[in-house]
Amino acid sequence: MITKRIIPCLDVKDGRVVKGVNFLGLNDVSDPVKLAQYYSESGADELVFYDITASAEGRALFTDILTRVAETIFIPLTVGGGINTVADFDRVLKCGADKVSVNSGAIRNPALIGEAAKRYGDQCVVLSVDAKRVDGKFCVFAKGGRENTGMDAIEWIRRGVDSGAGEIVLNSIDTDGVKSGFDLEMLGAVCSVVNVPVIASGGAGGIQDFIALFQALPKVDAGLAASIFHFGEVTIPALKQALAENGIVVRR
Amino acid sequence: MIAIVDYGVGNLFSLKSSLSRIGAPAVVTGDAAALRAADKIILPGVGAFGDAARKLRETGLADVVCGQARLGKDILGICLGMQLLFDRSFEYGEHAGLGLIPGDVVDMTPDIPETLKVPHIGWNALHLVQPEHPLFRYVHEGDCVYFVHSFYATNCGDALLATAEYGRELTAAVAQDNVMGCQFHPEKSGNVGLNILRAFCGLEAAV
Repeated sequence: MITKRIIPCLDVKDGRVVKGVNFLGLNDVSDPVKLAQYYSESGADELVFYDITASAEGRALFTDILTRVAETIFIPLTVGGGINTVADFDRVLKCGADKVSVNSGAIRNPALIGEAAKRYGDQCVVLSVDAKRVDGKFCVFAKGGRENTGMDAIEWIRRGVDSGAGEIVLNSIDTDGVKSGFDLEMLGAVCSVVNVPVIASGGAGGIQDFIALFQALPKVDAGLAASIFHFGEVTIPALKQALAENGIVVRR
Repeated sequence: MIAIVDYGVGNLFSLKSSLSRIGAPAVVTGDAAALRAADKIILPGVGAFGDAARKLRETGLADVVCGQARLGKDILGICLGMQLLFDRSFEYGEHAGLGLIPGDVVDMTPDIPETLKVPHIGWNALHLVQPEHPLFRYVHEGDCVYFVHSFYATNCGDALLATAEYGRELTAAVAQDNVMGCQFHPEKSGNVGLNILRAFCGLEAAV
């Protein structure tokens, strides 16, 4: 039986790991390679790296860091941020990424999902979606959550999976950084329309939030978080222990 | 020296890095002489069976791998590389494999409950059918490894080493004498995976 995954997310800017709170106010946390090694040793099932630098220098630095991380840890790695073309897929896959996450790049050019899936397989293409409630509807936001595209998130995700996205990361802007739990309503709406793995993101404040997530929504495959792991508020061994005690199957 | 067969299929970065981590000298090569000179051979692979089998034959490396296997050299197939060791696959048609391990590779979709997602992706527990096999020297019943696949090997007979439960028992590892295979990715399976690679390479496990 497939285990539920716990995924720390590392936002990397100019070679350092940062974590936005409601996407604002960045705090420098740590060295990405050291942090990745720490998470791998403490039982993380996968790591996500988001490149949030905009400059070409930052991008080259990120690629270099990714290579060093991939040489150091031997669990699946997903990379996102600045993925706009199939050439971007190629660049990060060659550095040791296993999966590539697209967000704004796919909003600008939806054909990217299909092109990448055809070339690297569905399992390689992760559609990451930042969504927020606007007038009673879940809307897709672009550019790190700053711009409302007006698109319906459920429709966008359904379309993405039809085009070849093999996995969905759903980040609720409404709950992100608030630490009062995952957005179960939004996640439930997405789970009911897709048959690929769904990763919940945004809102984890403690162990109880992960238990509530997997108990309320058995179709959710993984929980992703950043700050609560980076600041040591929740350790992965303690989290997995608690999940196991609550009957949720995890890798120990 | 471990030779990783390079026949133009898939990304060998992680596999090469993992062997480097465990201190096993390794070379990624498509050169027949280098494969013959190697102590052991790893056959990797991702993607579609038909395409990979064709490339392996076109490069002449299929014959080299089979020849080395018959001479008794240790071979480890990983993921699609494991599937290629079998007699045949029914992935988009029917394709002949290397025939080093008896059995067929078939679509898991009709064989598992509809509620389960395909591909079978993620960490799943190993059930050791042959716990005494040298490949499992450092592995315990229930250890989790990382899978990504839509097709699985069936009718392996006595070659079946381990399974993983996903609506049914899916073949996770096989061996026929010196020819071994893992459906999962040891290079992505944390310490358990590194220890399987150590066992294959004849290295001691880290304490």
